[in-house]
Amino acid sequence: MLATLRRHPALQRLLLIGPSAAVIGFFMVVPLGLMVAVSLMGRNIYGGVHWGDFTTEAYVKFLFERNLDDTLAFNPVYLQIFLRSFWLSLSTTVVALLFGFPVALYMTLQREPYRTVLIFLVTVPFWTNLLVRNYAWVLLLRDTGLINGALLGLGVIDHPLPLLYTPFAVAIGLAYSFMPFMVLPIYASLEKIDFRLVEAAYDLYAGRLTMLRRVVLPLARPGIVAGSTLVFVPCLGAYVTPALLGGSKTMMIGNLVAGRFSEARDWPFGAALAFFLLAMVLLAMLLQALRSRRQAEAG
Amino acid sequence: MAEATAARAAPARRRRKGFQTRRFPGLATFSAIFFGYLYLPIVILVALSFNANRTATIWTGFTTGWYGRALANGDMLQAAGNSLTIAVSAMVLSTVLATLGALGMSRRRFRGRTGVTALLSLPLIVPEIVTAVATLLFFVALGLQLGLATVILAHTVFCIPFAYLPIRARLEDMDPALREAAADLYANEWKSFLRVILPLLLPGILSGAMLAFIISLDDFVITFFTAGAGSTTLPVYIFSLIRMGVTPEVNAISALMLLISITFVSLSFVLASGKHRI
Repeated sequence: MLATLRRHPALQRLLLIGPSAAVIGFFMVVPLGLMVAVSLMGRNIYGGVHWGDFTTEAYVKFLFERNLDDTLAFNPVYLQIFLRSFWLSLSTTVVALLFGFPVALYMTLQREPYRTVLIFLVTVPFWTNLLVRNYAWVLLLRDTGLINGALLGLGVIDHPLPLLYTPFAVAIGLAYSFMPFMVLPIYASLEKIDFRLVEAAYDLYAGRLTMLRRVVLPLARPGIVAGSTLVFVPCLGAYVTPALLGGSKTMMIGNLVAGRFSEARDWPFGAALAFFLLAMVLLAMLLQALRSRRQAEAG
Repeated sequence: MAEATAARAAPARRRRKGFQTRRFPGLATFSAIFFGYLYLPIVILVALSFNANRTATIWTGFTTGWYGRALANGDMLQAAGNSLTIAVSAMVLSTVLATLGALGMSRRRFRGRTGVTALLSLPLIVPEIVTAVATLLFFVALGLQLGLATVILAHTVFCIPFAYLPIRARLEDMDPALREAAADLYANEWKSFLRVILPLLLPGILSGAMLAFIISLDDFVITFFTAGAGSTTLPVYIFSLIRMGVTPEVNAISALMLLISITFVSLSFVLASGKHRI
């Protein structure tokens, strides 16, 4: 049998790659297809799906509310949640970039072994429990939390500031959760920069800011684009952070989807919303892939 | 290397006294604040888990009592046991699958290779909440009873890319001449795999296995949707406790969770960066 395998490298490859590809195919691609199918089915009042009952009701529901007399009225609630998620993810990405870029630059300028230690320090939070890291912010932000406690103690404020359960808290939590995704790609692209270029810029009488803008920033662009995508995409689908740090007024797509499966028991609508989310994420990834391909062709 | 850089930087330095091209004012301070932001919440969580005061965030004394209470909590232990069973099973399954896959992908290029790469990284791209509800729908459609088995299946799927990437990286670093040398010394393919490739690959496999273990242990969203009544994991249990309110006991359990993650990440980092040149 081994002899047969050796003579057929294609068969050998199939046996090696086949199992993992089949597992992901069967337990991920098929469920995603099923999800799209469910989004086109009718709902059961007590949860679950009314199989074989084809309807586009779930997609109508995204924008409209059905009145008692079966007329449709525009209902912006769900659209608002999508727009809010989009806006929150975008502002989180900007904040992460403003923090992440200088830190990545700082890391690039360090010598070994200090540099490896810094990479390790940036990486560790990513691998620690997301739930626990967000919970730590509850301890900081709540009314009796550390920040309010300190401000009250210093006499800066009389009443605790409402920090927790606000969009601000969600943005902080999201930036905190996904910061490593921003720092590491930017670091990877900055690390490759030839510092003689920087010296050349200084020799040509460029100031620090001009040098950063004209030399470092263009060279770091692939890392910035990759990092921004890697932060934006998981933010868009976030569930834990808005569930712990956000209130009902800062619900994001992830919580909306989850809610359709738990409290609301409207699985087809939940499936349709999840499909929208997936489409947005795939679109963002596709745009980034096209962009980097164009860049590779140009450069 | 450092001397060479200094020599090259010399003309620039002469231009303005004390001007250093590799220095940016304020950058070190900014980075210090950044790392503070990254670690302060974690430090405070751990510190508060030792706080004797029950309700407020005010420090009233040191105690390890909350850890004692947490470790005597039957529900917590049950959840931790489930987490461990699931993480070990998902780790073994995904690492075996990922090792085979990485070996297959490291051979000659073939048609559809980009497609397979995309398929293997799919669990990293699809948002967790989407994977969670799609998997739930799938299990329900198949008529499977939600329990430990369904959670293990779901975890194995999303652990594959995490186990795959370090193994693949290690294979990529490997000198193809090694395989040729083994062949020159009359080792057949199987022997060359066992005696040459596998020992060199082992750090990559261990590193991948540890990442898969942590990712499974830490997962909340997918578990939340695919776990049945008796298969609650530690993160799902912590989530239900947080929903009920902040207590020092939650802090203690969370701190223990952090300790486990950090231990395994450090081990994985040491294994992956311990580059004996191959």
